Amino acid sequence: MRVAEGYTPSATIFVYKGVLPVADILLSIKGVCKSFSGVQVLKDVHLEVRAGTVHSLMGENGAGKSTLMKCLFGIYRQDGGEFFLDGKPFNFTDPKHALENGVSMVHQELNQVTQRSIADNVWLGRYPKKGLFIDEKKMRADTLELFKRIDIHLDPDTPLHRLSVSQRQMVEIAKAISYDAKIIVLDEPTSSLTDNEVETLFRIIGVLKTQGVGVIYISHKMDEIFRISDYVTVLRDGTYIGTESIQNLSMEKVVNMMVGRDLEDRFPPKTNVPGAVHMTVRGVTTKYPPIVHDINFELRRGEILGIAGLVGAGRTELMESLFGVRTLASGEVLIDGKPIHNKNPNKAIGNHFAYLTEERRETGIYPMADITFNSTIANIEAYKNRLGFLVDAKLEKDADTQIKAMRIKTPSKRELIRSLSGGNQQKVIIGRWLLTNPDILLLDEPTRGIDVGAKYEIYQLIINLAKSGKSVIVVSSEMPELIGITNRILVMSNGYMAGIVDTETTSQTEIFHLAMKYLNNSREAEV
Amino acid sequence: MTGSRIRLPKTKEQWKDLLIKNAIVIVILLIILFIIIREPAFLSGSVLRNILTQSAVRLILAFGVGGIIILQGTDLSLGRSVGFAAVIAGSMLQRADYASRFYPEMEALPLFVPLLAAIVVSAFFSAINGWVVAKFKIHPFLATLGMMITLYGILSIYFASGAPGPQPIGGFDTRYTEFVIGVTLGIPNLVIYAALVSVVVWVLWNKTTFGKNLYAVGGNPEAAKVSGVNVSKTIILVYIMAGVLYGIGGFLEAARIGSANNGTGFGYELDAIAACVVGGISFSGGIGKVSGAIAGVIMFTVISYGMTFIGMDQYYQYIIKGVIIVAAVALDAKKYIKKT
Repeated sequence: MRVAEGYTPSATIFVYKGVLPVADILLSIKGVCKSFSGVQVLKDVHLEVRAGTVHSLMGENGAGKSTLMKCLFGIYRQDGGEFFLDGKPFNFTDPKHALENGVSMVHQELNQVTQRSIADNVWLGRYPKKGLFIDEKKMRADTLELFKRIDIHLDPDTPLHRLSVSQRQMVEIAKAISYDAKIIVLDEPTSSLTDNEVETLFRIIGVLKTQGVGVIYISHKMDEIFRISDYVTVLRDGTYIGTESIQNLSMEKVVNMMVGRDLEDRFPPKTNVPGAVHMTVRGVTTKYPPIVHDINFELRRGEILGIAGLVGAGRTELMESLFGVRTLASGEVLIDGKPIHNKNPNKAIGNHFAYLTEERRETGIYPMADITFNSTIANIEAYKNRLGFLVDAKLEKDADTQIKAMRIKTPSKRELIRSLSGGNQQKVIIGRWLLTNPDILLLDEPTRGIDVGAKYEIYQLIINLAKSGKSVIVVSSEMPELIGITNRILVMSNGYMAGIVDTETTSQTEIFHLAMKYLNNSREAEV
Repeated sequence: MTGSRIRLPKTKEQWKDLLIKNAIVIVILLIILFIIIREPAFLSGSVLRNILTQSAVRLILAFGVGGIIILQGTDLSLGRSVGFAAVIAGSMLQRADYASRFYPEMEALPLFVPLLAAIVVSAFFSAINGWVVAKFKIHPFLATLGMMITLYGILSIYFASGAPGPQPIGGFDTRYTEFVIGVTLGIPNLVIYAALVSVVVWVLWNKTTFGKNLYAVGGNPEAAKVSGVNVSKTIILVYIMAGVLYGIGGFLEAARIGSANNGTGFGYELDAIAACVVGGISFSGGIGKVSGAIAGVIMFTVISYGMTFIGMDQYYQYIIKGVIIVAAVALDAKKYIKKT
């Protein structure tokens, strides 16, 4: 696509810091409360969005951001409080109703009919008609007109599955504009974009601002927030913490508002002591894209090695390469000096690797099965008797042991795993892998979607595992988390290894710079 | 971006890709080539006419179930629905002088009355399928499996209720048989009807809101819903449309075969579904074209006609057809598998 490729990022144009347009309040949310079965998830939340501004909504997972948005869009009905659009109170009945009134949301998971064309998707549900038939010409022309407004260049007839995530997101924004959106909510819009694409998105957000649209921007990424926001509102545990214009804020301050305590208290003490070299990775390069190139590092026994990098840097792909999910083009892995070959995950498990996947819901849990099943399934061979039948007593004994050792909060081992909280589900899965008696644990985003209290327990668990002599690799998007629990951090950048830093002496700034190192895709030029 | 122009592949990889994408068509063309080499007489006008005539009813039925497959569904009750329509149409259109008439006292009816009766009955039961699938979120396989069994019961009760008891219904009015198996300007009527239905279905699928909604709901029901598409209504309409086509198919089928009984149409759903799949209407939903259904049906008919033509044992034919179906689906799935 022309826009993304030809565009050269230039930070200065898009810094709106300090330029607060005197503008009308488009949307205001006043004192919204919401409870689910007695648990209050939103307490007296306020938010005011002005025309032509970007208002960031921040808060940790579970802080109530998405519940608030669901109340706004009529998916939930709030228990108390009011919404005002252009000064008039309103309540939307469903997202479609909101859309028709100029309030739209671009979801993190784009909800589109990928088999169909751009035009079909934009006008879905309200196709222009000529008599009995669809007016394809008008559909096409109107789509192009929309694209012109936000200055993007795509053929309306292209099927969506041919587009990149970023382009699909633009189609979604164009669709929002086609409903004359006054308010556009962007939910974690950059989570799967490359840096170039992020620039394009920011440019479009800039265009929207000049056209008087109010943008609600939901993101965890501090640097983005500080680049594009005019205002920031922070929620914590469902409570409204405050709203500030961006020039009165610093990262420290936002983190404090979000977390409510200092960073140091969020992590248990690192009591593990790295020993001799355990695993050596030499020149690992994958065969199929997305490619990771020439990865070299050593992992010590009892060490916690962090993997940092932006989305798309190849962190998960590196884990998958080590675990035999991805085919290697070249390179080797040595355990205690002896080469091993993890041709597939089965081989990897046999070599005492364990891999906690990034998407717990999709590739981790068996939601319809109970804790016993979920905690023993990876090690199921061990529960056979001589005739080859499974022995229930053994299975249940191990499940009980895991529940106790992992401190899983559940009424019983027969509880379905989907009824547990995210943190407890994660503990079950970590427990599952521990039953296979692994030496090397690959943990991909082990605390994603887990509340703050449970995170601490997971951190403690990871440190205890390292202390007991297991070697751990932790992939995380949360920089404080990596600094809080690891011994060293390997930084990935655009599929390459940008460097390894010692956690004791590094800083977030250093890691951030490393993560940007190969972003322009030209490692050769860099060297 | 991407135009609709056909570009010849340049690299070896692209050639390989092209071959895999069209593998099933290539295999079928090879089979046809084999048939022609064995029996050059296969390439004659009369054979072509026979093939098109034999494809006609199948095609109409394939359009019905094809729409449902685009919705990520399936319809096992197709065959029984066609059978019911055939029995109804047949029972109302017997010659006045025929000995064992279903309705001995019935006057000669205008043709459109039995046609309408067949359509209404098939559409009614298909609408129930759609309603059950849409409202109770029951998997179409199960909903239509139940309907298939239920319909057989109802159809058999009706079949046995005629004056002569449960006997095959034959002796059709010549107006009826002439209408169906006659020839106009050298073209078999059945082929004309199939062509007309193709045009109507093409317009419905491509040029109307109903069609766009069909693809949207089939491709991503959630996205359709939040964009304001009435998903349940779309599903029910697609099933009703299928029922209408089964009704037409049944009406034509009775006259084509020359008789109807409670076993008529049995197993037709499998042929129709197989043809759709070979024609690229994907079970994963949201994908499928009128041209695909036509190609699928004709290729299937050509193969079975051709294999019979060269005197191949019927049992071998089953093996070849079965393998083609699974291969078609496997290759369809392969397009979407990513290498890691």
